[in-house]
Amino acid sequence: MATIKIRAKLQGDETTVKALIQHPMDTGQVKDKKTGKLIPAHFIQEVNCALNGNNVMTALWGPAVSKNPYLSFKFKGAKAGDTLKLSWVDNKGESDSIETQVS
Amino acid sequence: MINMKRRTFLKGSVAAGAVGAAVSAGLLTPRVVLAAWPSAAFEAKSVDSALDALMGSHAMENSDKISIRAPDIAENGAVVPVSVTAPMSGIDTISIIAEKNAAPLTAAFKLGKGAEGYVSTRIKMGKTSNVIAVVKAGGKMYSASKEVKVTIGGCGG
Repeated sequence: MATIKIRAKLQGDETTVKALIQHPMDTGQVKDKKTGKLIPAHFIQEVNCALNGNNVMTALWGPAVSKNPYLSFKFKGAKAGDTLKLSWVDNKGESDSIETQVS
Repeated sequence: MINMKRRTFLKGSVAAGAVGAAVSAGLLTPRVVLAAWPSAAFEAKSVDSALDALMGSHAMENSDKISIRAPDIAENGAVVPVSVTAPMSGIDTISIIAEKNAAPLTAAFKLGKGAEGYVSTRIKMGKTSNVIAVVKAGGKMYSASKEVKVTIGGCGG
């Protein structure tokens, strides 16, 4: 199941990456309304983004990043057709990744 | 015979030593950063201690060049869009901090080669507070802040 939607758009020499990840981002402070118990913390800790295998951005996140996180950043040095890979890892060790072409 | 065994033993240990050296040099562990998730920084209860844990210092200089785009009033504290733009060259990290959250540090972005001084994301805010952007560039730290009024908090239940 793909949990990531990503777009990398080249304009001039600048590439803008926008990504949307499906993830609950539970803080560990919220109670389950049915059981009254705390929902355990479950959040993405690290997002990596690499262009043709070279890291361009690493995001370290705490639980205060919103549910279904959105992320955008810009970088220079990409050509159309280059491969951009984005991957995430959460505090339970779950992970996912996606590859896209710069367009 | 004894000498033969000794030779093979030595060969084996040299080979193992080479692998160990490669691991410690970072050649075989491309995901070293993963182990470095700074839990102390994300669990810190104050802005200063979070920055101390993350960067080793909280000595910052206010900079009006950093711009923070966030709403003046956020109706829903669970989703507050925040964008940070910084014009400095050689930016190392951009951190986003919600000053009055129980754990103020929300996100830190390490920028690699070629990355521009811009990040955008959405954060949770417990109550009305300043959103602080801390930009580390060329070994110095710069900060800017913007107040966001929160009508419904997004951290508790």
